[in-house]
Amino acid sequence: MSVDFSVGLYGLIAIAATAMVITRARPVHALLYMVVALLALACLFDSLGAPFAAMLDVIVYAGAIMVLFVFVVMMINLGQPDETRERSWITPSNWFGPSVLAALLLTTLIFALGHGDAATGPNITEVGPTAVGMSLFGPYMLTVELASFLLLAGLVSAFHIGRALGEKR
Amino acid sequence: MIVPMPIIIVVTFAAVMGVAAVSTMVERRLLGFFQDRPGPNRVGPFGMFQVVADAVKMLFKQDWVPPFADKPVFLLAPIVGFMAVLLEFGVIPITPHWSIAGDLNVGLLFVFAMMGLAVYSVVLAGWSSNNKFALLGGMRAAAQMISYEVFMGLSLLGVVMTAGSFSLHDIVLAQSRCWFVIPQFLGCIVFLIAGIAETHRLPFDLPEGENELGAGFHTEYSGMKFGMFFLAEYAGVAMISALITTLYLGGWGGPILPPFLWFAIKVVFLICFFILLRAALPRPRYDQLMSFGWKILLPVSLINIVLTGAILLWQAGA
Amino acid sequence: MIGIIRTLWLTFLHLFHKNDTVPYPETKPYLSPRYRGRIILSRDPNGEERCVACNLCAAACPVDCISLQKGEKDGRWYPEFFQINFSRCIFCGFCEEACPTYAIQLTPDFEMSEYVRQNLVYEKQDLLISGTGKYPDYSFYNVSGLAIPGKDKGEAEREAAPIDIHALLP
Ligand code: SF4
Ligand code: SF4
Repeated sequence: MSVDFSVGLYGLIAIAATAMVITRARPVHALLYMVVALLALACLFDSLGAPFAAMLDVIVYAGAIMVLFVFVVMMINLGQPDETRERSWITPSNWFGPSVLAALLLTTLIFALGHGDAATGPNITEVGPTAVGMSLFGPYMLTVELASFLLLAGLVSAFHIGRALGEKR
Repeated sequence: MIVPMPIIIVVTFAAVMGVAAVSTMVERRLLGFFQDRPGPNRVGPFGMFQVVADAVKMLFKQDWVPPFADKPVFLLAPIVGFMAVLLEFGVIPITPHWSIAGDLNVGLLFVFAMMGLAVYSVVLAGWSSNNKFALLGGMRAAAQMISYEVFMGLSLLGVVMTAGSFSLHDIVLAQSRCWFVIPQFLGCIVFLIAGIAETHRLPFDLPEGENELGAGFHTEYSGMKFGMFFLAEYAGVAMISALITTLYLGGWGGPILPPFLWFAIKVVFLICFFILLRAALPRPRYDQLMSFGWKILLPVSLINIVLTGAILLWQAGA
Repeated sequence: MIGIIRTLWLTFLHLFHKNDTVPYPETKPYLSPRYRGRIILSRDPNGEERCVACNLCAAACPVDCISLQKGEKDGRWYPEFFQINFSRCIFCGFCEEACPTYAIQLTPDFEMSEYVRQNLVYEKQDLLISGTGKYPDYSFYNVSGLAIPGKDKGEAEREAAPIDIHALLP
């Protein structure tokens, strides 16, 4: 399978799955299609020579974050009434505005891609884990540190919320 | 010896299924011995055909989808679980030349990705059954598997740092002098515990918890769909055993005997050890499981990483 | 931690223990003579029925599964029919304890499954055996004061001859 063909295939799958995410009435089904979209994205990364990013995409997004979403949906256990209400929301008057905005974004993206010099040929070199690590802790050191600050803040606040609830009881 | 890829794929997957099926029988026999009774010994010599009998029974059972279930998701769940486990075997190097994916440079991460997807099988099964016991089982599974995946990943980082690669092939080669179980003892223990929790095997089988949740997430499953969960669970045990073998026990390495035999011996030993764990240990309570993970395993694995890093830096400096 | 390792080790040692279970249909387990299994009605050493149809067993039975009818022959009472419904019997042994004549006894036999439920109602001919069961020498009439043909009052074991109340001698 040539790279171009597989990239196109994965892209199509991702787009189709994303469309399904928007139109599903049941939250769990929508989430599952989102997982499919993420998996297609991972395949895309892999065929573009970034297996490390692909694996991280599956582990972090599909494997952890989406599971948490599914978990929350399970916890609040939306039933039949929610589904009918959800279905009534998907009317042209509701999706027209957002889709116009999305179309604008899409044209901008295509325009930007067309004028950049990235992704112009199949000269793909594989970027291994070591290379990713080297560039993360080399040129992008500051970003990594900022992100770790953010995560630490998230951790501390989550811990704080859990503690406060525990002490009140 | 170069074997064509299709043969490798078919033989490996068939072997995995065979091992999973046989280990159901071995487990019941061994559990019997641990409890001073012979175990199933009626069908065939030493009860060996019990596996066949079980398979036939499962195939001919009525495959029932409850009317209140969410049908597509209900059907999807066992398939996801089964495929995820099978795919994990794709990157395990069984001998230097026998591995489906060959020498994948992100092999370990691929295993993790598939483990992450395997969570869906349990969670979706619990949700789509539309049954409160199944739902409780699914929620327990989600919390348990996601948190234990964290410790699992952290405990492995020691191995990755020492070997300097995510490729399972390289990791095995790096153990040619000394098995990682010795320098990475803490990591190995944490990985073992997290592995049991990850495959939701006893004693960490809270998602199933027969005595409180019926059968947990697969309460509503019957016939071959249940069979798939069943096989996936045992294939998962074989998988964790194969992973521990590859990461900590030197993979195919060993003197005199051929590589494949060494791999098989180590895996079988670990599977038997898992069965011993099941026979001996009681199931912890749910909150105990969680606090054990976050308050003991997490610090231990972090300490392991820091120590390994310090030692590696010290060695590099010296 | 030590406790867990010790548990694992002790469980592991069980691999080398002898099995506690036996493969049942081929090897029968040992059952003591006092085992509470299938119920029988025994005879006394002379070969007569021991049961005197006193109904005490039926009264003692917690699930009311014994039914019998008294008959009389030569001054001896005997059950005309005697049924035990084994599909209800719980093998508690109360009937055996209640019986004054050791007639009803429980035996170490439990293999009494049937395909038809009615077949579990045992009649007297199913219950009555030709021997004495667990008490070989005991015969109720030999120790009781009742007169039967061949044994008058005062002739039982350890029984004094009856006092003739019409003889006014001291
Ligand atoms: S063993 Fe108990 S239940 Fe059975 S007949 Fe005797 S008294 Fe009744
Ligand atoms: S079996 Fe014993 S208790 Fe029952 S009626 Fe006969 S003598 Fe009385």
